Amino acid sequence: MMRVPPFKYVAPKTIAEAARALRDAGPEGMLLAGGTDLLPNMKRRQQTPKVVIGLSAVKDLRASLRGADGAVTLGAGLSLTDTARSPLVADAAYRALTTAASKVATPHIQAMGTLGGNLCLDTRCNYYDQNHEWRQAIDFCKKAPGPHGTAQREVTHGTCWVAPGSPRCWAVSSTDTAPALVALGAEVTLVSADGERRVPVLSLYKNDGMDYLAGKRRDEVLTAVHVPALVGWRSTYWKLRRRGSFDFPVLSVAAALRLGPGGVVEGARVTLGSVASCPLEVTTDALVGRPLTDEAIAAFADHAAKPARPLDNTDYHLSWRKRVVREYVVGALRELRGDPPGLLARSAARVLPVLA
Amino acid sequence: MSEIDVGLEVNGEQVRARCQPHDTLLALLRYRLGLTGTKEGCGEGECGACTVFMDGEAVDSCLVLAAQCEGRQVTTIEGLGRGWPDGLHPVQKAFMETGAVQCGFCIPGIIMSAADAITRRSDAAREEVRRLVAGNLCRCTGYTKIFDAIELARDRVARGEVRPEA
Ligand SMILES: Cc1cc2nc3c(=O)[nH]c(=O)nc-3n(C[C@H](O)[C@H](O)[C@H](O)COP(=O)(O)OP(=O)(O)OC[C@H]3O[C@@H](n4cnc5c(N)ncnc54)[C@H](O)[C@@H]3O)c2cc1C
Ligand code: SF4
Ligand code: FES
Ligand code: FES
Repeated sequence: MMRVPPFKYVAPKTIAEAARALRDAGPEGMLLAGGTDLLPNMKRRQQTPKVVIGLSAVKDLRASLRGADGAVTLGAGLSLTDTARSPLVADAAYRALTTAASKVATPHIQAMGTLGGNLCLDTRCNYYDQNHEWRQAIDFCKKAPGPHGTAQREVTHGTCWVAPGSPRCWAVSSTDTAPALVALGAEVTLVSADGERRVPVLSLYKNDGMDYLAGKRRDEVLTAVHVPALVGWRSTYWKLRRRGSFDFPVLSVAAALRLGPGGVVEGARVTLGSVASCPLEVTTDALVGRPLTDEAIAAFADHAAKPARPLDNTDYHLSWRKRVVREYVVGALRELRGDPPGLLARSAARVLPVLA
Repeated sequence: MSEIDVGLEVNGEQVRARCQPHDTLLALLRYRLGLTGTKEGCGEGECGACTVFMDGEAVDSCLVLAAQCEGRQVTTIEGLGRGWPDGLHPVQKAFMETGAVQCGFCIPGIIMSAADAITRRSDAAREEVRRLVAGNLCRCTGYTKIFDAIELARDRVARGEVRPEA
């Protein structure tokens, strides 16, 4: 039976106290929100902070509001269940976010896990998400070198079992809400003991399995997510996983679209998740200014699938995963165009053993 | 590390417990309070055997620190039937009558999730029932009788055939 290793517990009541506690703890400190990522990682000795700063008593992290300009602010401490159900994001424009949140893990974990924790989720790999003994048996990899196995931000030593010749770690960004929020053009507020700043969600991430959160300093608390008003937009989120519950995404496509008169695309944003160590934004210039025909979608899907280079460190065969990227992009755009769901499911079923 | 003191409500009673900062709520319930109805399966959120209610919502107690429970309200399988006829929640009765239990290890967790589901959605169709207990795994039954039992309980509650005692 796996036990959580010992640590000192700190329970701040305000954001300012949390930021100070995080600064004071230095590299040994970590924030704990819902704990659904950090606690399993601690039990498996992938992350072993000496100081844990629990955020559950920080009420200000759960505050949400709609501003005068129609933009929505969601507190980073909002549970995924509350995010999916929030009346502030009930509009079809935000469906990518609400769908992504409602497809995380299981209903229990959605009730516990938070939006902020989901954005800061550790990257995943079949050789890393294993208990200490398993990893010791094949020898620890770069991301969490022994003896204690705490995940590092920089390569110090060790091999990568996925790409042994490679200087970097290829662990996969597996957060569901990050690709959705990137497609919605969202930003986040980061607060430290010396001030606060607001940055685009995408800028939090780096394509590096170890330094995946390079855009956030270690001493910063992610306090809120800001989603713009998005008048006239529609969005969706397609997630691939083996089971309809529990499983992390193996691929996700978040797409947002604004169609003008005559079905001409006025704006489009597409983001891929779980195919790299960060969410990948796809350039959509080719879609904008013309109608969303089958041909336009097909050409765009070929372009979108190019940067996706899945490696053999998650579920399913990698060449098949690569092929599905294209089909999921097609499916998501056709859904946003208004194709009937029955038709979508039938055409998707031709290539997919599982439609998540 | 020094022990901490946590005050919380468990099954309607105010409890003060001493525990380690790294104890989970599950460990607090089982090893400090002797409430062993809640089971530990995987310890990683992968099975739901440890399901309890925290402030009325079904959660995996293996992934909650006891330290996070200060001032919270927790209900376990031992307290679920409080206020119902014979001290049994309608879901518990239905599981007994339907023969939905085999080895039983997953059952306390499944009953908690099911009770949460039918309280929230007494009109839930089978698909919705399945979704609401999708955080619980059973290695024995194949689920059919489990869903039959949950639907039986749901229908009885919806028709007003069983009510909490005043
Ligand atoms: C069985 C199982 C299945 C899962 N499936 C999925 C899935 O399908 N999709 C998915 O996306 N996730 C999945 N998860 C992971 C996790 O449950 C979610 O990502 C959840 O949203 C994490 O949020 P949390 O509040 O529990 O994070 P925590 O575990 O509390 O924290 C996660 C990380 O974020 C940091 N952090 C937390 N809050 C803040 C903050 N405010 N500011 C800065 N840093 C912060 C923590 O220090 C930690 O590094 C799964 C987990 C389990 C156990
Ligand atoms: S990608 Fe390589 S270095 Fe990174 S976690 Fe997997 S095995 Fe370790
Ligand atoms: S023991 Fe908690 S989910 Fe398995
Ligand atoms: S009855 Fe044995 S695991 Fe469900």
